[in-house]
Amino acid sequence: MPEATFRSYYGQPVLKPPVWEWKIAAYLFTGGLSASSALLGAGADLTGRPALRRAGRLGALGALGASMYLLVADLGRPERFLHMLRVAKPSSPMSVGTWILVAYGPGTGVAAVAELVPRGWRKRLPGRLLRRLARPAGLSSAAVAPAVASYTAVLLSQTAVPAWHEAHRQLPFVFTGSAAAAGAGLGLVCAPVSEAAPARRLAVAGAALESVAARLVEHRSGLAGEAYRTGKAHRLRKWSECLTIGGALGALLPARRSRAAAVASGLALLAGSALQRFGIFEAGVESTKDPKYVVVPQRQRKV
Amino acid sequence: MTEEAARTDPATATGYGEHPPRVGFFTDTSVCIGCKACEVACKEWNGVPDDGFDLLGMSFDNTGTLGANSWRHVAFVEQPAPPEPRRAEAVDLGLPSFDLPGAGTGEEGRTDFRWLMSSDVCKHCTHAGCLDVCPTGALFRTEYGSVVVQPDICNGCGYCVSGCPYGVIDRREDDGRAWKCTLCYDRLRDGLEPACAKACPTDSIQFGPLDELRERARERVEHLHDSGVPEARLYGESPDDGVGGDGAFFLLLDEPEVYGLPPDPVVPTRDAPSMWKYAGMAASAFAAAAVSVFLGRGSR
Repeated sequence: MPEATFRSYYGQPVLKPPVWEWKIAAYLFTGGLSASSALLGAGADLTGRPALRRAGRLGALGALGASMYLLVADLGRPERFLHMLRVAKPSSPMSVGTWILVAYGPGTGVAAVAELVPRGWRKRLPGRLLRRLARPAGLSSAAVAPAVASYTAVLLSQTAVPAWHEAHRQLPFVFTGSAAAAGAGLGLVCAPVSEAAPARRLAVAGAALESVAARLVEHRSGLAGEAYRTGKAHRLRKWSECLTIGGALGALLPARRSRAAAVASGLALLAGSALQRFGIFEAGVESTKDPKYVVVPQRQRKV
Repeated sequence: MTEEAARTDPATATGYGEHPPRVGFFTDTSVCIGCKACEVACKEWNGVPDDGFDLLGMSFDNTGTLGANSWRHVAFVEQPAPPEPRRAEAVDLGLPSFDLPGAGTGEEGRTDFRWLMSSDVCKHCTHAGCLDVCPTGALFRTEYGSVVVQPDICNGCGYCVSGCPYGVIDRREDDGRAWKCTLCYDRLRDGLEPACAKACPTDSIQFGPLDELRERARERVEHLHDSGVPEARLYGESPDDGVGGDGAFFLLLDEPEVYGLPPDPVVPTRDAPSMWKYAGMAASAFAAAAVSVFLGRGSR
């Protein structure tokens, strides 16, 4: 691409950089991890894989808890987080996301708590009730999980941030692919080899989707693609690609036999997913700091 | 209510029944003298905290940019060579001069120079990105068509900051909430004009019903074109642009980006249906993958 020439006001940015910090990038990861774990947990429940079920359900709640912390802590006024529930506003992806999480949370919580009922309590009424509720709760959480994993792409794209906005066709696929790989990674780490076949398959599918979509983001976003191909964002995403593809190859071959290989593959997939989210976040921030990402494409479409 | 009114009048589109006409600013930068009375009046009236006493090295601009603590910002652009010479050269008639040698002003040796000044402000867009994405309802559309943040509701999520295609609204560091120009909502309700327009000594900032302002702006541009200022142009006045037209629009003497304004801003919400469509496809693919990995050949 030829070096773009453009005019600006003392080289100052046109846009404000996002006020979100690393916590939102981390939430993109934990939210996806939770959703994918919930799906694996529900599937394992229906197909009689107790260890994978337990890992999925507990992973889903743990990651959801982390997500809640990250989202609330990133607010300028954390004590006002309940103001999110004042309205339901379809034009705001953050409001839509709030209600998606409200629908997702209870089922995820009940399914996970049912895993934690101590042996002595299982015969008593609350224990029996919880274990009876666990399956429908887990299924309800799994039903909402794909929305949890994908709405965050719209959350980023529906901004004036050039790198996020221009990638709005590919970003949802990066995010669900990355989520699938992360949840599968957790399954590989926690479940025995004998139960982890679905996690291994999901790892390969998720890693493939994420890697292809992530490449498309770089090349189909116009000038904004440069924000993904340069600097810190590029380094983060290169590492992400290596770890994700390495983890998927591990899941494909050695993780079928060796528990150690499965754990290593799972950790690589988790790290790859997290780095992808931080890379995309970083590219967006960078694209607001250089006025060329705003001025050049807008100037071109005006001519 | 006609469909046209619903499209161009945001108060009607929001659901206000009887309401006052949409008001806004017409900032005619060709008569701005860079006095910054607007910045001062705004701070005084609205109790906006200072944003540091910095020397930025950007001509006389030591405010820098609009933000949580600067709701008006006067830009100063020094241009050594204007786009085109405007006046005919003086013709030398060869008459004897009475000036002493060296008493000339040196004018003939100077390059032409032009100083652009422009007071920037929140655009109060017809389709406002900040308002669309606000998840708490803290941002709302007033009966005057302006866009205002309610400080008692805002929880500082920061979405509006990234939703604004002009880079206007921002979160205040020590306070955690988002702030921006209110078009002096409190003054409007008392029948007063906004503080900045009241303080402007050259009427560079004009306040009034938007229809009237648009009419006046068109006449002003024509007048300037006739007087040999062909570079005069309006910015943000058209209801057909990417934000449905600005409630605060400008007469500029150069391209918008020279003043730090985006050349063709678009409200991010415009592409929302397409975004949700792709998200839906990605979510379906995810769900399908999750189901199919359990179907397998029954291998554990």
